[in-house]
Amino acid sequence: MTDATIEKPRSELGIILTGVARNPLGLMGLIIVGAIVFSAIFAAWIVPYDPIAMNIQDRMQGPSASHWLGTDQLGRDTLSRVIMGGQVALKVALPAVFGAMVIGLTLGMIAGYGPKWLDNMLMLLFDTIRSFPTVMFALAVVALVGPSLQTVVFVVMATSIPTYGRVARTQTLTLRNSEFILAERSMGASMARILGVHMLPNIIGVLAVLAAMDIPTVIALEAGLSFLGLGVKPPTPSWGALLKDGYALIRQTPWLVVGGGLPIIIATLGFTFLGESLRDVVDPKLRKNR
Amino acid sequence: MTETLLEIDGLSVDYETERGDLKALRDISFDVRKGEIVGIVGESGCGKSTLISSILRLTAPNTRFRQGEVRFKGQNLLQATERQMRDLRGDDISIVFQDPMQTHNPVLSVGQQMVDIQHRSSASKAEKRAKAAKMLGAVGIPDPEARLSQFPHEFSGGMRQRIAIAMALMSEPDLLIADEPTTALDATLEVQIIERLRELQREMHCAVLFISHHLGVIAELCDRVVVMYAGAVVESGDVREIFHNPKHPYTRRLIECDPGHIKTRARVLPTIPGEVPDLANLPGGCIFRDRCDQAMDRCAQEVPPLERLGEGHLAACWLNHEEVSA
Amino acid sequence: MLSFALRRFALAALILLVAVTLMFLMIRAVPGDPVQIMLGPRATPELQARLTAELALDQPIWRQLVIFYGNMLQGDLGTDVFSGRSVTQIVFQQLPFTLELIFASIIWSAALGILLGAYAAAHPNTVIDRTVAVLSVSFVAAPAFVVALLSLLLFAVHLQWFPAIGVGDGFWDRLDHLVLPAFAIGLSWVGYIARLVRASMLEVLGENHIRTARAFGLAERRIVMVYALRIAILPVVTVIGVGMGFLLSAAVFAEIVFARPGLGKLVIDSITTRNYPIVMGSVLISTGLFVVSTALADLINAWLDPRARTST
Repeated sequence: MTDATIEKPRSELGIILTGVARNPLGLMGLIIVGAIVFSAIFAAWIVPYDPIAMNIQDRMQGPSASHWLGTDQLGRDTLSRVIMGGQVALKVALPAVFGAMVIGLTLGMIAGYGPKWLDNMLMLLFDTIRSFPTVMFALAVVALVGPSLQTVVFVVMATSIPTYGRVARTQTLTLRNSEFILAERSMGASMARILGVHMLPNIIGVLAVLAAMDIPTVIALEAGLSFLGLGVKPPTPSWGALLKDGYALIRQTPWLVVGGGLPIIIATLGFTFLGESLRDVVDPKLRKNR
Repeated sequence: MTETLLEIDGLSVDYETERGDLKALRDISFDVRKGEIVGIVGESGCGKSTLISSILRLTAPNTRFRQGEVRFKGQNLLQATERQMRDLRGDDISIVFQDPMQTHNPVLSVGQQMVDIQHRSSASKAEKRAKAAKMLGAVGIPDPEARLSQFPHEFSGGMRQRIAIAMALMSEPDLLIADEPTTALDATLEVQIIERLRELQREMHCAVLFISHHLGVIAELCDRVVVMYAGAVVESGDVREIFHNPKHPYTRRLIECDPGHIKTRARVLPTIPGEVPDLANLPGGCIFRDRCDQAMDRCAQEVPPLERLGEGHLAACWLNHEEVSA
Repeated sequence: MLSFALRRFALAALILLVAVTLMFLMIRAVPGDPVQIMLGPRATPELQARLTAELALDQPIWRQLVIFYGNMLQGDLGTDVFSGRSVTQIVFQQLPFTLELIFASIIWSAALGILLGAYAAAHPNTVIDRTVAVLSVSFVAAPAFVVALLSLLLFAVHLQWFPAIGVGDGFWDRLDHLVLPAFAIGLSWVGYIARLVRASMLEVLGENHIRTARAFGLAERRIVMVYALRIAILPVVTVIGVGMGFLLSAAVFAEIVFARPGLGKLVIDSITTRNYPIVMGSVLISTGLFVVSTALADLINAWLDPRARTST
């Protein structure tokens, strides 16, 4: 029965986290993400140096006791920039993913619940946006409005709204004909009540898992654009900017490439492991939809 | 007396599940002689499928052979190496499966599949194709040469089952296992296919182990019959003897419930009241007791042994003991 | 099959039309004089006049859109602000370099991914299966440009096994130059495809016809590599079509990191020099490429599957 196939997501965060932690990869993801979030929140207190303070005397130094990850061409401490870079990565990823999820959810529910022509139009729009290669689309937008943190957030939102929209639509369509919704409708519940009270809680779990799995993509995109010099503007420390500096002087300061590259890989791995095991706990069926 | 081909001797098979061991087969014994047709009859879930997959050793990974032997031409198949089993499959022992719609590979042409199963032959590809076409003709598929290059979905269900039979008989096996080959087909097709099967069997002199829950077909086709219930043999013997003089209440109910004979087809077996016992948690005593209208006190206490009641006629029921002792 | 092909291409054309419209609206939505923005500080009155005429800015907006469509249909994506050459020409000059890289990546990643996925599915829940699973997730998660940078650092700068920059001359030299960039952008696809193949393979191996093949004593290798893989591989074709978009994106980074000519390099250079017609032209052409390859993949998929091929 429909009620059985679409379970209400378990509300207890504790149960979900226990489920995630039981899987070794999930536990690893939890630890990595926890560490990143912790260091991002307390970045200002834990950085050993001011991440944007130049110190020409100490420029281009390899890893040492005083600078664990060395310094860049301006003598800035790499470790401090890596830590602050994590904050920047989350500052882009979290609002972008959250915004995309909210807008995608809204549009998807409208498409699923609304009239057929509106559904068709929205689906065509979604398909079109998905047909732009993400980075190419980002470059077009950056070319038009100039690079900035907001541009990156906008691009990420624009390109990932269709994914959330599609999933939300499918879920809404499935739920729409389920028995408990039909019962509500026959008792005269308003559309807002049906969508908000009955459908939303059933859809949000799936979308939250998607969002968790989307974060690594966003982190990579932000870093990538910053690496190209089209993302976060200098001197703001970002992992991508570290890579840009390291790439420019790859023979002199290779530690910048490692210092910028490893956090990105560790962060994307952490979020992916977390997202995957979260999915297995919350909604094993999603495995096939992706 | 003809030579014995297949002997099932005290076979017990379990499935390991989360609920505990499922006792799918318990102490099964019967044999199939050369060139003979033996029917196995019973409701769904009586262990027929487990039995045939055990003979071919194509069992699910959680299957455990607890006891007994499956001897084919004297060799215990449960001890055979995977290599030896592979040499038997599709050569000495062939099988026709139940669902013709899913039994062939959907993306390879019928000809390709029929050539592939001749992998042991050293004939050229053209010769193998010719043999495949000949077999298709033999099972009654018109224009076989042309149809070889078609894909399974281009054939009807009846045609596909004919192809399956053609494939199974291609190696001229000593033993053909037919697992409800006509259950998915309608009545007229069923008759045609059964007749074709019998003609080919006479030509090739292969033994057939014919599984069905349709007694009419069994009566029509088989020499001997084994009646299974909940993973055990409850009665076995000569077809006529079993049909005219059933010695187990379950067999009697099966015969009563069979809707007329071969002309009509039982899509769902008319029900015998009650349920098959839980194989993971078997009650003591006779397994059929709960559904038997002649159950006695003794049936709840002791398992009735399979006993010889006449020339090759075996049954497991305390009623026969009453008769004998009375 | 034919009607399916027609419908599929009609959808592709529709998507392209909407994509072009979106691009047009995006350019228009930017506040300020588009000509000013597109030409930047180098705007001379002569260039301004030419671009205004080209974009038909003196016309009402719906006419501008119609002219925009018309130009697209004729393959006219505007002109290079500096040289005055046709954007289409410039883009198509760079495209082969990018396609070469993308195809090299698809070939090695699909081959390895299919192999790993099929092997893992044939030996479920073994150590190898679990290793493949963890590796796949890790590969999928690793961003291409970071892999590109790290492999540049390790294999080109540090170990000097492969050349660091350029495309090379002659077949073997070109291949040598392809190794690292193709490795970098193909790696996540190895993961994707391995997971996909494993999942669909497990499903296929459970189907009845596989049991039939076993019952005829076919060799396990043949059952896995022909009977099951022929079916399990079908979704891979679709994914590779969709993957064109991801690979086009990843290729931008690989081209920058390894200083290879190509579409990505062209776009980035054009952004730096504010040569917007080239940026827009490249984006549109890469989008077109993506849309066409997705449609083609669907068609190839249908053609490979006899069940779809012989039905109308």
